[in-house]
Amino acid sequence: MTALLELSGVQAAYGATRALHGIDFAMEENSITALLGANGAGKTTTLRAICGMVRTEGAIRFAGQPIHGRRTEHIARLGIAHVPDGRGTFLHLTTEENLRLGAYVRKDRAAVARDLERVYGYFPRLKERSHQQAGTLSGGEQQMLAVSRALMLAPKLMLLDEPSFGLAPLVVKELFGILRAINAEQHVSMLLVEQNAAMALDLADRACVIETGRVVLTGSADEMKKDDAVRRAYLGY
Amino acid sequence: MEAVLFQVLAGLATGGIYASLALALVMIYQATHLVNFAQGEMAMFATYIAWSLLNAGVPYWAAFLLTVAFAFVFGVLIERIVIRPVENAPVLAVVVVFIGLLVILNSVAGWIFSYTIKSFPSPFPAALGIRYMSPHQVGALAVTLVVLALLYVFFRFTPLGLAMRAAAQNPVSSRLVGIRVGWMLALGWGLAAAVGAVAGMMVAPIVYLDPNMMSGILLYAFAAALLGGIDSPGGAVLGGLVVGVLENLLGAFVIGNELKLVVALVLITGVLLVRPSGFFGSVQVSRV
Repeated sequence: MTALLELSGVQAAYGATRALHGIDFAMEENSITALLGANGAGKTTTLRAICGMVRTEGAIRFAGQPIHGRRTEHIARLGIAHVPDGRGTFLHLTTEENLRLGAYVRKDRAAVARDLERVYGYFPRLKERSHQQAGTLSGGEQQMLAVSRALMLAPKLMLLDEPSFGLAPLVVKELFGILRAINAEQHVSMLLVEQNAAMALDLADRACVIETGRVVLTGSADEMKKDDAVRRAYLGY
Repeated sequence: MEAVLFQVLAGLATGGIYASLALALVMIYQATHLVNFAQGEMAMFATYIAWSLLNAGVPYWAAFLLTVAFAFVFGVLIERIVIRPVENAPVLAVVVVFIGLLVILNSVAGWIFSYTIKSFPSPFPAALGIRYMSPHQVGALAVTLVVLALLYVFFRFTPLGLAMRAAAQNPVSSRLVGIRVGWMLALGWGLAAAVGAVAGMMVAPIVYLDPNMMSGILLYAFAAALLGGIDSPGGAVLGGLVVGVLENLLGAFVIGNELKLVVALVLITGVLLVRPSGFFGSVQVSRV
């Protein structure tokens, strides 16, 4: 079976500062992988590299085809939806316009309408706010909107950059429950970057630990959770 | 009283033309955060194309549509060839490019078509005239309103219009949902140029056709856009109508026709001093 996403020897730099020194990992279809590591380890840059948002070297393959060097908009059209760091909300558009933009590249109007209802089913709060300017939504609502906008692409793979950032613990719990449901019901694979390692490992099947731009450990999420040495050395809890 | 009504209606007719050009300025501003000083000259150049077509015997409305199409393609090409290379350049560099475009278009028009003032026909039949407005005023106002309504529907209700708004506001997120941001900006330039071309063809029968015909109009349009808020399309339209009416009333009853252009300059200075975001513009707040 070929991997859904495969990175080998991926390097990236911001100007003269090298952020990734050779990232290697693969993830399978319909799986959730957590990318863990300290601040500045290169987690966000890894997601950006996959989406063509930074200049990279090395090979990135998605569903068997090379995507390295492609434009961001082209990669999105292949079915990779990125929930970016900072949420990327279109602040001056309404909630519903934000969601419709998520489905911009899809032609099947009936399916888009069905997905819109499905997303509102996951997040009823967004339906209540559908005609409100997205900039007026709370942080938690904007995060739900970001996840929903990504879902509207009908993606094969979602890249989630710190979805729990700045949210109240109850909201985080609700959000992670819905992410689990989305993975189970719609077979969307997820690559999850999280500071909150415990929550991420609960959701994920597998995990990669990144340290200063390199993958230092990969394994199943369950094993990592149980391994005290790993927990103390890399995950800090 | 009748004289006032007459001036107000005449003001609305020219105000509609200012509104169109102001809207073109706002469309470019939303994408680039800069005022396209060459917007007026682009409209002037398109009007000369219309004039050439009419001289070659093309019927008016066919020439009108061909000119709008020409202006659209011309706008797209200018974005792709001239503006794209300076996309990430410092503000002043882009401003210089805009001014360069202005000078080049002005000179090329003078070189090809000469600086002699030419008359430009109005397509509207005499029957269109009402008691207080000439046929051309009624027709120009109607054409502008139709253009503005079409633009509203396009940006408000079509997926492409939504994507263009999104690309101007948040290019990074737009790419992440698969929008080709570069093309959206080019389309924006095309649309702005097309709207400007309509304004040019509507104003040419009033101010006559010459390479400098749009310099005054662009000032009024700039005043209109500022008055409404430089990032607010609705504000630009309202601003255009207000400037048109104000210009006419003040010109007729207060300061005289010779000083009309001063109204625009005073408005620009006044808005920038008192309320830089205009009526409907968003107030910019930034941390320092």
